[in-house]
Amino acid sequence: MKPLFAPSYHIFLKDSRSELRTRYALNALFMFVVTALSVILFSLGSESVSSDVLAGMLWVIIFFSSMSGLSRTFVSEEERGTVPTLQLIARPTPVYVGKLFFNFVLTFSLNVVIALLYIIFINNFVVSSEAIFWTTIFLGSCAIASSSTIIAAIIAKANTKGTLYPVLSFPILLPMLITVIKATQLSIEGAFFEEALGEFQILVSYTVVVVAVSVILFEFVWKD
Amino acid sequence: MEKPLADREVTPILFSAKPLSKSFHRRLIFEDISFSLKERQSLAITGKNGSGKSTIAKIICGLLSPDKGSIQCSVAGKEISSEDLFNHIGFVSPYINLYDEFSGIENLVLIGNIRGIPVDKMSQADDLLKRFGLFDRRNDEVHGYSSGMKQRLKYAAALLHHPEILVLDEPTANLDAEGIGVVREAMRAQLQTGILIIATNDEDDLEFAGARIDLDRSRIIQKRT
Repeated sequence: MKPLFAPSYHIFLKDSRSELRTRYALNALFMFVVTALSVILFSLGSESVSSDVLAGMLWVIIFFSSMSGLSRTFVSEEERGTVPTLQLIARPTPVYVGKLFFNFVLTFSLNVVIALLYIIFINNFVVSSEAIFWTTIFLGSCAIASSSTIIAAIIAKANTKGTLYPVLSFPILLPMLITVIKATQLSIEGAFFEEALGEFQILVSYTVVVVAVSVILFEFVWKD
Repeated sequence: MEKPLADREVTPILFSAKPLSKSFHRRLIFEDISFSLKERQSLAITGKNGSGKSTIAKIICGLLSPDKGSIQCSVAGKEISSEDLFNHIGFVSPYINLYDEFSGIENLVLIGNIRGIPVDKMSQADDLLKRFGLFDRRNDEVHGYSSGMKQRLKYAAALLHHPEILVLDEPTANLDAEGIGVVREAMRAQLQTGILIIATNDEDDLEFAGARIDLDRSRIIQKRT
């Protein structure tokens, strides 16, 4: 088997260090989360909103904040002219796996922060089943990272990167969004963990299918 | 201690291009470019701006796919697949960029790690930085480097894995006299054991070429006398 893990790990480390120094994605993500939460807080005021709507709004914030930052992993390589450098030192698959892992860590960390802020600041949002809620956040992060990584690789080659990213992502992420919203509703209603297993199976299947297809397609996207 | 270059064993290398053609947006850049090189041989690709020198260099390194033709390589009698070619090629070009937010040594260690160069051999990163006159600035971030220093660092990065084939696009671009001297020394060293391919119009660089493809006049390899 050709070495995959070591180059992927070092590409992940490279991206993490680069992000901590340049804050290409972190600043965009953080500002979006703060702005979106503030707007929701002001618009809700003292109104009482149903848990179904609140679950949907949580994933609206997560979706659009992901869209505002996750493309940077490939777009910044393209803009800085470092794509040929990576092409010259690694095979396509380790590049994809390293970027996927970086996007997952970024998405999961971001989603935990969003969820905590949402629980703290949105009064009516009460999670009754913590296990279902945090499992949904984890599997939702996997699903978002898997699809947004390959879409980021595609749009990095386009001229209209900013607008194309959410437009391309939405139809691909829609089945995942419907599932995570349903699972979040179950966590608010205090359902048993077993009741949410169907949703979790869909999220795992979605992630596995997207990652498998991405590994096959990435070489064609990555090379001219 | 490393053996002197002249004493090192020379690995048999065969590197060839079967008739290469490339078009961009229906405009033919070049067609039917072929060559075959062995260890200790060199090739220059010359031609005016827009003639396709850099395009050929990119195809040789696997950064671009040709419309027709293919690149074939064998090292020590073993066929190298196109996806493994990057392990045997070093490429320096003005349009290849390193990571500005990292220091010179961090860039080399990062590239070495991704390439899978063993940690005990990473001391050669320091040796390369000394050789290319960057050792004193090794801990400075690359965005503070001049264009000439960046070009020197690209050479260090390209030579880190001791490539059998060294491809240089405009090898002396952005370099001062001292830098040009160091690069020419690296080109000489490459010719002791491996293959050197340069895309240039600089007459002094062409002295290193045993054969030449002139994209303007002829598409046939002309052996120099």
